[in-house]
Amino acid sequence: MILEVDGLQIHYGTAGGTVRAVDGASFAVPEGRIVGLVGESGCGKTTAVRAIMGVLAENGRRAGGRVVFKGKPIDETNTRPLLWRDIAYVPQSAMSSLDPVYTVGAQIVEVLTKRGRHGKTAARARAAELFDLVGLSENRLRDYPHQFSGGMRQRAAIAMALALEPSLLLADEPVTALDVIVQRQILDTLRALQQRLKLSMVLVTHDISVVAYLCDEVVVMYAGQVIESGPVREVLGRPRHPYTMGLRNAFPDLMSDALELVPIAGSPPDLADPPPGCRFTPRCPFALAACSTRPAAIGSDRAGAGNAHVSACLRDGEADHLRTFALDPVTWQRSSAYATS
Amino acid sequence: MVDAPETGVIAAPRRGRGQSILPVLRRMAAMPLKDPFAFAGLTIYVLFALVALLADQLAPVDPLEILFTKAGKVAANLGPSGEFPLGTTNLGRDIYAQLVHGTRSALAVGLSAAIIVATVGTVVGLVAGYFGGTTDAVLMRIADMALSLPFLPFVIVLTGFLGADTSNIVLAVALLLWPNSARVIRSQVLSLRERAYVEAARVTGASHARILFVHIAPNILPLSFVYAAIAIGWAIITEASVNFLGFGDPTSVSWGMMLQDAFTSQALSRGQYAWFVPPGICIILVVVAGFFISRGYEEVFMPRLRGR
Amino acid sequence: MAALVSVRDVVKHFPVSRSLGEVVRRARPVVRALDGVSFEVGAGDAVAIVGESGCGKTTLGRLMLKLVEPTTGSISFDGAALGGLKGPALREFRRQAQLVFQNPFDALNPRFTIYRAVAEPLVNAGIAEAEHADRIAAAFRRVHLPDLDRYLDKYPHQLSGGQLQRVVLARALVLAPRFLVADEPVSMLDVSVRAGILALMREVRDAMGLTAIYISHDLALVRYLCDRTLVMYLGTIVEDGPTEEIVRRPRHPYSRALVAAVPVPDPDQSRQPLPIKGNVPDAREPPSGCRFRDRCPHAFARCADEPPPLRAIADGHRVACHLEIA
Ligand SMILES: Nc1ncnc2c1ncn2[C@@H]1O[C@H](COP(=O)(O)OP(=O)(O)OP(=O)(O)O)[C@@H](O)[C@H]1O
Ligand SMILES: Nc1ncnc2c1ncn2[C@@H]1O[C@H](COP(=O)(O)OP(=O)(O)O)[C@@H](O)[C@H]1O
Ligand code: SF4
Ligand code: SF4
Ligand SMILES: [Mg+2]
Ligand SMILES: [Mg+2]
Repeated sequence: MILEVDGLQIHYGTAGGTVRAVDGASFAVPEGRIVGLVGESGCGKTTAVRAIMGVLAENGRRAGGRVVFKGKPIDETNTRPLLWRDIAYVPQSAMSSLDPVYTVGAQIVEVLTKRGRHGKTAARARAAELFDLVGLSENRLRDYPHQFSGGMRQRAAIAMALALEPSLLLADEPVTALDVIVQRQILDTLRALQQRLKLSMVLVTHDISVVAYLCDEVVVMYAGQVIESGPVREVLGRPRHPYTMGLRNAFPDLMSDALELVPIAGSPPDLADPPPGCRFTPRCPFALAACSTRPAAIGSDRAGAGNAHVSACLRDGEADHLRTFALDPVTWQRSSAYATS
Repeated sequence: MVDAPETGVIAAPRRGRGQSILPVLRRMAAMPLKDPFAFAGLTIYVLFALVALLADQLAPVDPLEILFTKAGKVAANLGPSGEFPLGTTNLGRDIYAQLVHGTRSALAVGLSAAIIVATVGTVVGLVAGYFGGTTDAVLMRIADMALSLPFLPFVIVLTGFLGADTSNIVLAVALLLWPNSARVIRSQVLSLRERAYVEAARVTGASHARILFVHIAPNILPLSFVYAAIAIGWAIITEASVNFLGFGDPTSVSWGMMLQDAFTSQALSRGQYAWFVPPGICIILVVVAGFFISRGYEEVFMPRLRGR
Repeated sequence: MAALVSVRDVVKHFPVSRSLGEVVRRARPVVRALDGVSFEVGAGDAVAIVGESGCGKTTLGRLMLKLVEPTTGSISFDGAALGGLKGPALREFRRQAQLVFQNPFDALNPRFTIYRAVAEPLVNAGIAEAEHADRIAAAFRRVHLPDLDRYLDKYPHQLSGGQLQRVVLARALVLAPRFLVADEPVSMLDVSVRAGILALMREVRDAMGLTAIYISHDLALVRYLCDRTLVMYLGTIVEDGPTEEIVRRPRHPYSRALVAAVPVPDPDQSRQPLPIKGNVPDAREPPSGCRFRDRCPHAFARCADEPPPLRAIADGHRVACHLEIA
């Protein structure tokens, strides 16, 4: 495991109380794999990634848990030297993270010279190489960010993140808001890079089809917690947590014959005051009375090099049974909590 | 086909129109409480406004009356005393009374210039930004021309032509200052015009006037205030300079005129500080207060939407 | 069924700022956002417009709502040319044609309460204030926000994206329009919310008998809403046909790429490689002949010389390509 996150807790201090944006999340990234971090917006994906990078917002702080990178525990105090060289980050809205007053090339060169102590000439050559790597023509290095399309800016941000040959890349929503063709091109670029450079990668997204296309493993978050994780094929093919089953149904599938999308009724809980017990209880069609009192623990089995398929549901034992019900749209129309199958 | 109105539909309480401006005003009113500089500025204005209102009570003596001592001599060049708190001028006028009454002309000049600048600048900025094209080109060319005029010489020449009336000074200042606010407001309107909600208003058939004044104007109102507050300071300084340079109306009572009188009668060499220091301080206070307030409103201007 | 909207040979060029060289040469460069687009939309139809970013989808939608005027060509609504609409006729058109926006966070005036936002069309249409409350309540029920008292006095920033998009839809429906253009109505929304909004759009359309244009870049979403799809590339229509046909058997090489690019939420699906490379060319200088030729895997000599006409290959199915595709 190149990265292990264990019981991570991140709190934001706000006027409305403490927001527990990440509340006991654990997951691990095996060497050379792409792990997808999925969940609805606001479930704490960005927060988790920023916490790993040690770049939380002003009002955020780590309230508990451990982050271990290559066997060494890291926190705000000792991540700085690792940034760019060992762990790199493509922020959400990378589009706007490029500085509009410098050319894209100058910004990459700056990372190379300031952070990587390359000489000016070597840095320029390397910048051209990086552009080539992400599929941009090197004569676009002289362009300003506004002269790039959204997809090109995203590629440039990836190129910059890869400048110092990190071993772990954290990419936050790298293809959201891009059209399908550009999205696909960028995903293909990421896959090629991962294979060529033996990168390990965490890909944050709310789109499970992106995970299905690119990732080896997936971590599903809900309301600040990890509720299911494991190999993509298993988690998306045979989901064990009702929330994952719901997400799977809510997704359009171009090739399926089903012409219905089934939304999960309701919305995620307020993280300043989350419900006790399983946080999915108010929206879960399979909830039992016990669900609202007893939080379900997630297993942490390891299977060989990767992670095993685990889920945090009290009714995990009945998963196969529940899954057949979950395929029926009528199941999800039941709005009452504590409905039994 | 909207459903036929049902009886028993939850009746929504009536909501008046033109409400959108209220939250803006409320926020603008609340701003000085948050920004200490703006608060100081506002306090200064309130104090001067009180002085202007109560000038006759605070200084019952006519500021232009020539006073005599008990001995029957002209009370010229007296130092501060119980009777004349700041002393008298070389012509035997009460300096304290001049200072107090000068507040009136200062505020009148400042406020009228501010109102003209804000109104003209806002309307021109809105129209130019919203309609664009030739209208915009013509208005902005005029603004460029006005901006290229040298400030004080223009005021002096204009008042020379039209007469040294205070209202002409105000007019001259307004002519010079509207383009600044018009330009900034125009560029703001250019970006607001592209907002989806403005387009939404168009799709639902809103008239140009409604889009301009209901959907766009409330967003730039605070900006108008910023420029109005700046104009107050400029107008007062200009009026003082014109008077000080001797191009003003000699029968007016103003801080600038006081400085000019003090200067020409060599109060400085006589060490009659009580004559020229107080009006100087007053001018500085009013001008600085204007800038403090404008600074505060600039911060309110871009309300970062609370919440998400 | 008779056409409600017909778009004939529409060209829309936007002037762009000139470089110094262009000023000297007196060139007047333009972005060719649309270059000769014709189609008809029957009353009650739901038509999707799909294509990559910048291919002119939004521009086409805005033209159909008379928010911009075409450079050449004409658009008519219910038999009347939009170009000539003025005064009361324009007001009537504005009551009948509405728009749903991509970004619900920007589509509502941040200074308006939800009530005022939804009342805006009623005010503009001159509907008596006494009727507003009832009409708004009805529109809210349509979009499944029945407990409207919870929302009416709120400001947009106090609502979630899904709720906002429902409010935006309620505003579009409050005048009971006949024609609705939805420009990427779910692309800014969270996945779990998307399904609900899509289902709602379909339900509303069926219930109100709306004619709808649905703009998107994602065929997977379009498939839930529209029977017919127009595929656009660089300001032209390259394929126009039944959505299921285009999804199952795309004919134009670009449509094939678009179908192949849609990600599938099933990891076992074969990952077919994307059949095209590169980016959309600059809309200021589109390639001669077929605009798709520099990215097309099948391009041949003729493609550079002649632009392929949009020709019928089956009933209700048109394709613009020189290849024998039918
Ligand atoms: N007002 C304008 N001035 C200049 N160019 C414009 C204007 N509006 C659109 N364009 C250009 O016209 C072309 C088509 O734009 P349009 O917004 O219709 O694309 P789109 O298909 O909706 O793209 P997206 O999927 O990104 O929304 C683009 O090249 C765009 O830059
Ligand atoms: N700077 C902040 N201050 C307060 N709350 C925040 C801040 N940043 C994020 N949050 C809250 O933390 C939660 C998780 O946010 P985020 O990590 O951005 O989620 P995601 O990336 O999954 O959409 C949300 O409830 C969000 O509103
Ligand atoms: S069954 Fe209970 S524990 Fe499992 S997801 Fe539903 S509410 Fe949570
Ligand atoms: S006309 Fe030629 S270049 Fe265009 S799509 Fe057909 S084969 Fe490709
Ligand atoms: Mg995020
Ligand atoms: Mg668009």
